Amino acid sequence: MFNVLAKRQLSEAVFEITVEAPEIARKVQAGQFLIIRATEDGERVPFTFSDWSAEEGWIKFIFMKVGKTSHLISHLERNDVIADVAGPLGNPTEIEDKSRIAVIGGGVGCAVAYPVARALCDAGAEVTVIMGARKGELLILKEEFEALPLKDFIIMTDDGSAGEKGLVTAPLGELCKNGELDNAFAVGPAIMMKFCAATTGEYGVPTAVSLNPIMVDGTGMCGACRVTVFGETKFGCVDGPDFDAAGVNWNELMTRQRLYQEEERVADAEYAGSCSCHI
Amino acid sequence: MPYIDGKRRPSREPRQVMGMQDPKVRHRNFDEVALGFTEEQARAEADRCLQCKNPTCEQGCPVNVRIRDFIGGILDDDFCGGVAALRERNALPAVCGRVCTQETQCEAACVLSKKGTPVAIGGLERFLADWDRSREPGMRCKTVAAPRNGKRVAVIGSGPSGLACAGELSLLGYGVTVYESLHTAGGVLAYGIPEFRLPKSILQDEVEALRTARVEFKFDQVVGRITNAQELLDEQGFSAIFLGTGAGLPIFLGIPGENQNGVFSANEYLTRVNLMRAYDFPKTDTPVWRGNRVVVIGGGNVAMDSARTALRLGAAEVYLVYRRTEEEMPARIEERNHAKEEGVIFKELYAPLEVVGDQGWCTGLRVQRMRLGQPDASGRRSPMPIEGEESVIECDTVISAVGTRAHHLAGKISDVKMTDRGYVEADDDGRTSNPRIFAGGDIVTGAATVILAMGAGKKAAHAIDEYVKNRPTGAKV
Repeated sequence: MFNVLAKRQLSEAVFEITVEAPEIARKVQAGQFLIIRATEDGERVPFTFSDWSAEEGWIKFIFMKVGKTSHLISHLERNDVIADVAGPLGNPTEIEDKSRIAVIGGGVGCAVAYPVARALCDAGAEVTVIMGARKGELLILKEEFEALPLKDFIIMTDDGSAGEKGLVTAPLGELCKNGELDNAFAVGPAIMMKFCAATTGEYGVPTAVSLNPIMVDGTGMCGACRVTVFGETKFGCVDGPDFDAAGVNWNELMTRQRLYQEEERVADAEYAGSCSCHI
Repeated sequence: MPYIDGKRRPSREPRQVMGMQDPKVRHRNFDEVALGFTEEQARAEADRCLQCKNPTCEQGCPVNVRIRDFIGGILDDDFCGGVAALRERNALPAVCGRVCTQETQCEAACVLSKKGTPVAIGGLERFLADWDRSREPGMRCKTVAAPRNGKRVAVIGSGPSGLACAGELSLLGYGVTVYESLHTAGGVLAYGIPEFRLPKSILQDEVEALRTARVEFKFDQVVGRITNAQELLDEQGFSAIFLGTGAGLPIFLGIPGENQNGVFSANEYLTRVNLMRAYDFPKTDTPVWRGNRVVVIGGGNVAMDSARTALRLGAAEVYLVYRRTEEEMPARIEERNHAKEEGVIFKELYAPLEVVGDQGWCTGLRVQRMRLGQPDASGRRSPMPIEGEESVIECDTVISAVGTRAHHLAGKISDVKMTDRGYVEADDDGRTSNPRIFAGGDIVTGAATVILAMGAGKKAAHAIDEYVKNRPTGAKV
């Protein structure tokens, strides 16, 4: 059992949970993920570490309320417990110190982008963060990003309610075109990563993406998370989660993410029927 | 037991047949298929045993279970004595009584097998273990362990090899901590073997017995990520480590279309159903794909388990595609028969070519008709394609059960010497290139059986004991 130390609501549907996990906190590196099982009957669900403290022995993860499990954990409060927390899993993101790099975070993907941007800044890289969301109130971790020594911090929203109106690919394309980037790192919805990859690909800027396929065990045992990269089958959990964006078969990834849509609806309905809150 | 002139005359009755759940009923439920011997049957079956002076059956067992003595316990009406004899060399008798390949091991070596009807050793093992389990926890037969010696050993992985190693070390007086990456113990016994073959409650009872024997379990610990061998030995004070991580990385066939929706590894399919209890969804939270027409590729026990699971999840038709004939299938005869009785359709001599689909969703498996050619180096007749004979089996689900291999996390645990294929190099007693690290089970041999893995874990426990005892005091290596 793992103790919840704090919960913070970051936007209408996005939450941050802090869990006491000293052994895990000692080992986490930017880009790695954890798997939680909220209850004894719970599903194993992967989340990315958004922050941690080896000294104080805690880890944080951020998630959007979308299905039964995420609803369940959005109700957790300080002193509640989570049945299982396993991690750190996956390979850390490669951090290059001399690179001029754009870190692109879309929606809740900013939870992954933040520790990566921070690690890059710590290593001495020249970091531009591009943050995107549908609307201003969905932007998360804005203050945290602002506290980093970034070269530039660009905000894009679909409706123009914060930052510039438009997609993250617009400023990304500009940076590529002006020759201001050696590398890029993108994390967010698959469709956003796909278009980031297309944008940087046009200018030959090497780009890493952090993928979020469906997983079960997260240790290389089940093969649920397989993705095709440069025509080869890779396992998201042990070969990733970061991959070279240029080789990812995006359509396959997006189709595979939809595999359990119907079951998710069933679980949501079942949960809504047994719970006083609303989904 | 009939004695004449003080001499026992073994029964010449035919071998007892275990009761089974009716195939017409069981193919839609997850309850155990084989019902076990009744006490009467167990006595009658034990009475067939010749109690040989030189019990060849024990040599046929990878852990040399004292078979003659545990059967003797049933004969003498001393069940507890039988349990003690059984447990002395086997930490998981209720598991082994169910999933061991007795027909090729102990029972094949039974003197009576010359007449084709060996003693049902597996059935008797299961009977005794279940008899003990059915008693009040405080009343269960005691095993005698050596006094604690103050030394601690870390066991990585709680599958058959790890559990056997932990049980044996505990008997030898060691403090044992088992590190498990999942949230429950058992490894492949928990995620791979279905409820209808090995109920989880039985596995949990066996694990509980180990806990009573002061084996500590640490779950959610992905060793290689959260800690490693060097930290366990140098910082945490363990005297030695046993690596029993298994070889769980599923192999895919590498055929086109394999990453479409509806195509699963047997590991994923079985893990969702067994470990995560997806058959109870939405009462439990993990879903599983419920196909209507399911094709399973492979001919081993895992393929049988997958096919039978698909039926129980409600599939209308389940096909098993195998490129040789049933005769060459590695699955146990009993499992093959159970699968057929339940309605799995065997398609022999077909090799998979491609998963066909529509917009990323599986709609069929294109297969190649095969015939058996000349025996190859291994003596098995190799399958040869019959030119021009291709067809498509329409289906919405394909489950690939063609084996597993070592995955690279094993290499992150320690710096022991590995083979080119990613397995740990170890001798027969589990010694690796690092004197403080021992290994056994699938991570050394590649995918094998539960009992072989247990045998390796036990042998390694003795090698660990020998190493720790002979190590100069205070020596680091």
